[in-house]
Amino acid sequence: MQQKNRLKPFFENINFEREDNTMIVNFGPQHPSAHGQLRLVLELQGEEVVKAYPDVGYLHRGMEKMGENMIYNEFLPTTDRMDYIASTSNNYGYALAVEKLIGVEAPRRAEVIRTMLVELNRLISHLFWLATHALDVGAMSVFLYAFREREFAMDLMEDYCGARLTHSAVRIGGVPLDLPANWITSLEKFMFILTEQIEIYEGLLTKNRIWKMRLEDVGIVDAKMAKSWGCTGLVLRGAGVKWDLRKEMPYGLYPELDFDIPVSNTNDSYGRYKLHMQEMHESMKIMKQLIPMYKESPSQLMAISPEFISCSKEEMMTQNYSLMQHFVLVTQGMRPPKGEVYVATESPKGELGFYIVSDGSPYPYRMKLRAPSFWHTGILQDLLPGYQLADVVTIIGNLNIVFGEIDR
Amino acid sequence: MRAYQNKQDVQKKSYYNDRFYITPQTPKESIFNDPTYSNDVSSLSKKVEILESYIELGELVVYIKPQDNITAIKHAKEIMAYDMMMELSAIDYVAQRDGFEIFYEMLSITKRKRIRIKTFLKNNQAIESVEPLFRMADWSEREMFDMFGIVANNHPFLKRILMPDDWEGHPLLKTYPLQGDEAAQWYEVDKIFGKEARDIIGPEQRDDAAIARYDSTRFARLGHEVPFATDIRDGKEPDHTPLAYQEEDGVRIGKSPRLVTKFDEKESVQLKERR
Repeated sequence: MQQKNRLKPFFENINFEREDNTMIVNFGPQHPSAHGQLRLVLELQGEEVVKAYPDVGYLHRGMEKMGENMIYNEFLPTTDRMDYIASTSNNYGYALAVEKLIGVEAPRRAEVIRTMLVELNRLISHLFWLATHALDVGAMSVFLYAFREREFAMDLMEDYCGARLTHSAVRIGGVPLDLPANWITSLEKFMFILTEQIEIYEGLLTKNRIWKMRLEDVGIVDAKMAKSWGCTGLVLRGAGVKWDLRKEMPYGLYPELDFDIPVSNTNDSYGRYKLHMQEMHESMKIMKQLIPMYKESPSQLMAISPEFISCSKEEMMTQNYSLMQHFVLVTQGMRPPKGEVYVATESPKGELGFYIVSDGSPYPYRMKLRAPSFWHTGILQDLLPGYQLADVVTIIGNLNIVFGEIDR
Repeated sequence: MRAYQNKQDVQKKSYYNDRFYITPQTPKESIFNDPTYSNDVSSLSKKVEILESYIELGELVVYIKPQDNITAIKHAKEIMAYDMMMELSAIDYVAQRDGFEIFYEMLSITKRKRIRIKTFLKNNQAIESVEPLFRMADWSEREMFDMFGIVANNHPFLKRILMPDDWEGHPLLKTYPLQGDEAAQWYEVDKIFGKEARDIIGPEQRDDAAIARYDSTRFARLGHEVPFATDIRDGKEPDHTPLAYQEEDGVRIGKSPRLVTKFDEKESVQLKERR
């Protein structure tokens, strides 16, 4: 055990100069294909990885601690910074968890808008994944094409909520705004363009010899390993387990929607690539069904629950007691019942869970954020040994890890 | 007299509590309302002693003794078909009950059900690692150790995961302060100039959100750009900066034909909608 003090900090016992044939390589934390601040200590025998040790925590901001010292509404924008590629998914998961705790249901139109935004975020996330993964593997043009379409999707998000990356587009109990005029038209146009473009991406990649050589039989995660490591989302579906929370344990509007869950039995990176492409089509299918549902829904956007949720602006400006209650909710915060809740939603990366323990005060007593990428990084230490150094980049890119949510 | 503050819980507290407010509870149902859960509980009760069990907001919660955790989770995994462990961590109840509640959030893919196995661990005691049953516990228990200092026995590599290795303290404890102390804040000033210099130097004034409107070195305003470091503090700035950032003759590489033609603002058109 080292005796550490202020002048002699702690040193890791990694011996970089070794006498046997192995070499230690520090992959990251500033490595462009580490997809964030991942430090991967790799022990190499020639080009082959013998041992891998992922070191995370470079982006740790203590979100669970922050959550325990904020009122419930205050914490919502912080959830944006978890999976910052698809922030609305985090907002939605958090809002659902708090809504379940306080027993409030969002009105139908709000739920339609939320589902639309969440699916749009899934597209943004998958496009980003495709772009960066292809870039890591060496397909530069896919990166440019996919970012062009992602830009359109981000503009749609900007039209709705004004932000492009950290949306905070969902509130506890509904959504703050209705869709702007012509938003649906732009969305339809975006989906039309994207459908064409996905064909181009697939034309560039699916039968590409280099792409197949780099992805096929690389990063094999079988069902047993995925389950043991708590991997969800596309990693689990890529291992042949048909498990999507939207279908199997549905929440929100998903029971009413018709979509398929693509599953691959190949267990490898190439299978997961194909799943991503199919999921984009499924997301668009969901959004197309939501458009008529939006038009039919009544215009209420926030749930009416004076004890927990601020009233509408109109009521606030006309009714004295509504204004007073709004002040109480903003300054002191809502007081949910004493109890605990775990709500999991299917984020683009996998199962995003919010475990909230409330002691009845306006501050959550314990907030545990279950981020899917955390275990998709953990699995690297079992997955990487045996692969070549060049495959490491493929595998990290393919598992779709985002450091905002790993380190939280 | 100064109000008493509980040193064992220094977290943020509501500044006002209504004396007559009665905290409601989430509804806790009997396990017999759900046949799957009642079967699970009866199956588990043959293996380990169940202290309490109920269904809260659609999910089964089972309390067991801390020494039974491996037996119970192994049974849940192999017999009850809860084949995935989704989350594992602790809740700090040191101030109230001198210990931690550890929860294991499990999921059954075949039954489409979740259960939460909870146990109460006394402060300064260790719990047996569930890493042999679920590999994910490797990282989860490291995180639990990092955040609460709870040791998991027989863990393969119990080391801090998110905080730096030389960090003092465990951040998610309720005793953990929310701010640094005064000495740390003035550390450099005290070391270099001495304590009496604190008044002269003053506290550090940093505002990340500050935007200086007339600072042309760090801020640019779209459509109102000026050359770098131009002094515009007196408000003398051009009404319009032409949108031209290219070389005079367009962009070309060597003697190749022009790659990009020279951009002319007057001839350019602004699109009304995306093409």
